[in-house]
Amino acid sequence: MLPLTLAVSLALAPPTRAQVAELTPQTTLAAAEAPGFALIEAAPVADAPSVLLRDAHVMTATGAVYERGWVLLEDGVISALGEGEPPPAPGVATLSLEGRWITPGLIDPHSHMGVYGWPDAEAHDDGNEVTAVMTAGVWAEHSVKPQDPAIQRAVAGGVTTILTIPGSANLIGGRGVVLQLVPARSGRAMRFPGAPEHLKMACGENPKRYHGDQGRMPSTRMGAMFTLRQAFLEAAVARQEWDAWEQATAEPQGRKKKDAPQPAEPPERDLATETLVGVLRGEILPQIHCYRADDMLAMLQLADEMGFSIRAFHHATSAYKIRDVLAERDVGAVTWSDWWGFKMEAMDGIPQGVGLLQDAGAHVTLHSDSPSYGQILNQDAAKALREARRVGLDISEDQALAWITLQPAWVLGIDQLTGSLEPGKRADVVVWSGHPFGATTRADLVFIEGALRYDRERPQTWSDFELGREVQP
Amino acid sequence: MNALLISLLLSTAVSAGPGPCKVFTGGTVALPAEARDDLEVLVADGLIQRIAPQVDRSWDGEACRIISLEPDAWLTPGLIHVGSTLGLLEIGGESSTHNHDAGGEPVRAAHDVADAYDPTSVAVPVARREGITSAVIVPGGGMVAGQAAWVQLEGRTQADAVVRHGVAMGASLSGGTPAEGLRLLRELLDDARAFATDRGAYDGNRSRSLAAGRMELEALQPVIQGRMPLIVGANRSADIEALIRFARDEEVGLIIDGGAEAWLHAPALASAGIAVVLNPLTQDPSSFDQPHARHDNPALLAAAGVRVIITNHSALFAGHLRQLAGLAWRDGMDHAQALAAITATPALVFGPEDRGRIAHGARADLVIWNGDPLELSSWATSVLIEGRSVDTTTRHDALFERYRDLPGLPLPALPLPAPPSPTLASPTGE
Repeated sequence: MLPLTLAVSLALAPPTRAQVAELTPQTTLAAAEAPGFALIEAAPVADAPSVLLRDAHVMTATGAVYERGWVLLEDGVISALGEGEPPPAPGVATLSLEGRWITPGLIDPHSHMGVYGWPDAEAHDDGNEVTAVMTAGVWAEHSVKPQDPAIQRAVAGGVTTILTIPGSANLIGGRGVVLQLVPARSGRAMRFPGAPEHLKMACGENPKRYHGDQGRMPSTRMGAMFTLRQAFLEAAVARQEWDAWEQATAEPQGRKKKDAPQPAEPPERDLATETLVGVLRGEILPQIHCYRADDMLAMLQLADEMGFSIRAFHHATSAYKIRDVLAERDVGAVTWSDWWGFKMEAMDGIPQGVGLLQDAGAHVTLHSDSPSYGQILNQDAAKALREARRVGLDISEDQALAWITLQPAWVLGIDQLTGSLEPGKRADVVVWSGHPFGATTRADLVFIEGALRYDRERPQTWSDFELGREVQP
Repeated sequence: MNALLISLLLSTAVSAGPGPCKVFTGGTVALPAEARDDLEVLVADGLIQRIAPQVDRSWDGEACRIISLEPDAWLTPGLIHVGSTLGLLEIGGESSTHNHDAGGEPVRAAHDVADAYDPTSVAVPVARREGITSAVIVPGGGMVAGQAAWVQLEGRTQADAVVRHGVAMGASLSGGTPAEGLRLLRELLDDARAFATDRGAYDGNRSRSLAAGRMELEALQPVIQGRMPLIVGANRSADIEALIRFARDEEVGLIIDGGAEAWLHAPALASAGIAVVLNPLTQDPSSFDQPHARHDNPALLAAAGVRVIITNHSALFAGHLRQLAGLAWRDGMDHAQALAAITATPALVFGPEDRGRIAHGARADLVIWNGDPLELSSWATSVLIEGRSVDTTTRHDALFERYRDLPGLPLPALPLPAPPSPTLASPTGE
């Protein structure tokens, strides 16, 4: 059984996969949910041989950069890395990678792969449950089609992990799921072991357009705020019931006071409510689609009133205007290098925004929201770095690399497990043909948990959809 | 830092026309087929007057500004954004800002999109900042959307900006199926010919019923005469093949817009002289119109001799143009071919042919970059249109300046002397 969550506060040392798998639900609510997390089949654990990657440029996303470095992948983790001549590793397959670059696997913290699978078709519209404005009980995982041909292409672009989430039609769209991009027979089997749960929320134009046009609330921003406040008020009541019941059942029998009430039946389960309870308890991380700075501030007001923490604002084209607030409160800004103007609320996106956010010490992250741009996240980082340097901001290439690796790992709550090249972390590693920010650079080798999942010299077709469709020139 | 070191060569010799001429020297010069690092380019009267080896110094004795490029800098033609909605669309999600789709009748051949072009759109400087100096704006919607125009990204008025009207006719395979769309187009062209054969019959109300009105049929005459190409959207292999046949049978010029599966017909497209306008970022099996899309489509087409133009159509993301050309380069196109796909080739296909190239007599639409323009680390340090430097600051830059220090807009100081403090009534008084 997989753990329900690996709470946000992980131990300092990265846990091993075995430790991750042994984590047990901490609350009775989580225990009630746990059977739903059981796998019919095991997640594909790579039984990968050890590999020594050597003589390459190494960018770790932690600040350390080696002109000529090496990385040792053993048992699915990075067991060691360093500069210069690696220690002897007899019997370990060794790849000399002169002229190439090694980075952590890229992480796309905002994807709809699997839930809006290719090819575009009505049959693949599984991303927005638009029949209601509040759908906290639905899970993107249950829409994921692992045969989406976009998934393999993202891996070919160096991506090893994504957060795939419901769309933004609803104020509360449902749970997102962190996936490791490995071939699998179900979305469940792609779940990233140890990743916490996520909740997709949305503010601004989309919910009021989708639902206001149907004649139901919200048709305005104030209607949206009202609907959200009301929902969290109700969730707070449910949380009290669960807290009380858990407290009662957790107390040792012997110390129970005589006049203490007998534990009643557990509160009735309600899938939507328990997702919001998870948010209030800090076990489920809210990821909020929001463009305008004032909309983001309104959401922070909601969070303060209801007593929960927002993990990140997504798209966040005006996040630079409130970067002091976001940095101070540890709320992530998940954005693009230079997207703007495709809708009114995106009008103020500027190419210097990422640099300003970085400069202010905010958790700034790039994302794609697109299976096409999701193949070139490295180029988006290169563009954002260029625009920052153009206005004189002092940002290193390794910091820019963190916008697509360690920072999104933090947004997803898996930064203790992956996102940088450090001993003990998962061996999610990319070997690039050249500098990762170069225009013609491509991923040559992609390791996911130590297993070689993509080799540009020996491409495989992952998606069944594409089998038998090949046409020769 | 600044790629430019500008010095003024003082000379008593006669100046080559009004205003000093400019000589660009050093750096890499992107000629249509190759990049050279040993040339200098002389610009005067808005035209490229001379391209000569650096040792030649043929400009000596003329009153020219010498513009010395840093060794890493590049001089390229201004980039050209094709199939663009620049100046036609301000905000994607707000239909009140959309002027690219005229609506109404399905055939709007007389509709000239240049009449809708707004040179003051905030998207225009954003594109210019990324080295784009011209756009081929194309209307959309309907069966025949209307006439495309060539605009240069300069000036406040259409009179300043519109370089040429009617560079192509926008059309689409509308109808129940693409094949039905082709039938409708054939009927329309047939009626345009019948109309031209006997205008008197039409004016005397002695004509059979025709597929469109008089203005539209008149506007289609350059198309049936082969002087104005049709630009038609198609990605699917079958539709592209049918369109090639259509163009041959109807003897009309054709440009394919989309072309995701065009690689399957590369030789036929090359021999028919049909250009393909495509986006290298969307070469994936993302829909049932393109299950056979592949990343090396631009490279395969170019290798077969097809004229390839790279674009993304987007008014707002026009600045991505060189990144898209870089993707085609990454996926197998030559660097020179990829650069030509956003400069020389659009000019050859849509005219005016004196743009898009660094060549003797060409318009001096030029960009200086602080590195290879297809590399993501470089940016445009100077943009010239017809030899004149143009402003590359944008609304984005203004926002950056405002929010460089928070909280943004400071409160203005009161211009009046402070009034005497009024005695405030206590809120709990009375």
